[in-house]
Amino acid sequence: MIQFLVHDDTDSVGVATQDLKSGDTVTGLYQASKQKLELKALDDIPLGHKIALQDHSSGDGVIKYGHDIGKVVADIKKGGHVHVHNLKTRRW
Amino acid sequence: MVNTKVLGYRRENGRVGIRNHVIILPLDDLSNAASLAVANNIKGCKAIPHPYGRLQFGEDLMLHFRTLIGTGSNPNVAAVVVIGIEPEWTNMVVEGIAETGKPVTGFSIERTGDIGTIAKASWKAKEYLQWASEKQREECDLSEIWVSIKCGESDTTSGLASNPTVGNAIDKLVDMGATCSFGETSEITGAEGVCKERAASPEVGEQFMQTWREYNDFINQYKTDDLSGSQPTKGNIRGGLTTIEEKAFGNLEKIGKKSKYVGVLKPAETPSGPGLWFMDTSSAAAEAVTLWAAGGFVCHFFPTGQGNIVGNPIEPVIKLSANPLTCETMSEHIDFDCSAILRGEMNFDETGDKLLEYMVRACNGWLTAQEVLGHDDFVLTKLYRSA
Repeated sequence: MIQFLVHDDTDSVGVATQDLKSGDTVTGLYQASKQKLELKALDDIPLGHKIALQDHSSGDGVIKYGHDIGKVVADIKKGGHVHVHNLKTRRW
Repeated sequence: MVNTKVLGYRRENGRVGIRNHVIILPLDDLSNAASLAVANNIKGCKAIPHPYGRLQFGEDLMLHFRTLIGTGSNPNVAAVVVIGIEPEWTNMVVEGIAETGKPVTGFSIERTGDIGTIAKASWKAKEYLQWASEKQREECDLSEIWVSIKCGESDTTSGLASNPTVGNAIDKLVDMGATCSFGETSEITGAEGVCKERAASPEVGEQFMQTWREYNDFINQYKTDDLSGSQPTKGNIRGGLTTIEEKAFGNLEKIGKKSKYVGVLKPAETPSGPGLWFMDTSSAAAEAVTLWAAGGFVCHFFPTGQGNIVGNPIEPVIKLSANPLTCETMSEHIDFDCSAILRGEMNFDETGDKLLEYMVRACNGWLTAQEVLGHDDFVLTKLYRSA
């Protein structure tokens, strides 16, 4: 059962396709290559929200669709919830 | 899917519509009451009230005229009654619509009053509606149906599934020789470089960049923060979208994998030939769909994540969503549930074909969710304050 999807093989985040529970080992799928991956969710992550596929430090970029979608403003561990509390736009 | 036949209304100028509306079109805010009264008298006409049309000037006034004339000229409209406070601007709208060859008459309220105007306009509306009621649908090519695309209340399921479903359908329509358009200038921020590369020529790409820069400069001039909550919206954020860049890359999934846009349109401008076109529009749903309807587009694909419920009085909106929660809790608004993509049960080629099947049905007369729910969301784009 796929619990999150990843757009591009180079992405640093995936998208939960169902509510994920903290502590659960969850299975994802790369849309492009159809490869599966597994990791442990560190937070409760609601359907549609992003899960980190790797550690990110403040100042790093988050990669989705193979492109930079903003700057990390608080460190994120692999399996953590990525959203407005730790990721900001580089525009406006 | 191959170019198939649909049943449309071929208008005097050769364009094909999929609806047969007789509209009562106010020139200005003051004429809404009379327009609504006429539509109440003559059952089956549709009044399209709006809040503007007085003391506008310059480019903003030109856009007002272009939008009203374009709305009346849309092939989904069989005939038009225009009502304005005074005759001169009223006649400018009438003459603009008359270029299509369709029946149109204007009435002005000054020196008559509301009651006399309503009576005269009601007689004309009755004549038009009975004339239009005998118009027959005839066989047309699917490629003759002009399609606009815009997403709203997007979330991450939009970029994963419903937007690429639209993209797949657009690639197929453009291959058939159809006329299609995307826009949402501000919402391409972050992915503008990728969008520029999708232009059919470097000149068109540069024209897009110029349009995008002007919109971005305007936002930078008036912003008081990073726009979080406005763009992305609170709904976008609730659905998991975090930044405008993320939203922009998801948005661009709607233009498919291979189609190149052949030109850049001003708001409400009519394209001069087939292919995919970029139109400079707001990213607000009702404003944008109103501009495409005025540009001559007759069918709209609207993917949503969290459940934007927008419609348009003359251009039917076909709504799709891949968010299972939205499809469950707001099912009356969603025409096509494409959440099967998220479960790995369908691919984009299959959902793209399915969307085109919905389009064919809508062309043949099937009423979409927004139509039966009465979402006549007509919203004019205003560029700046009136004089």
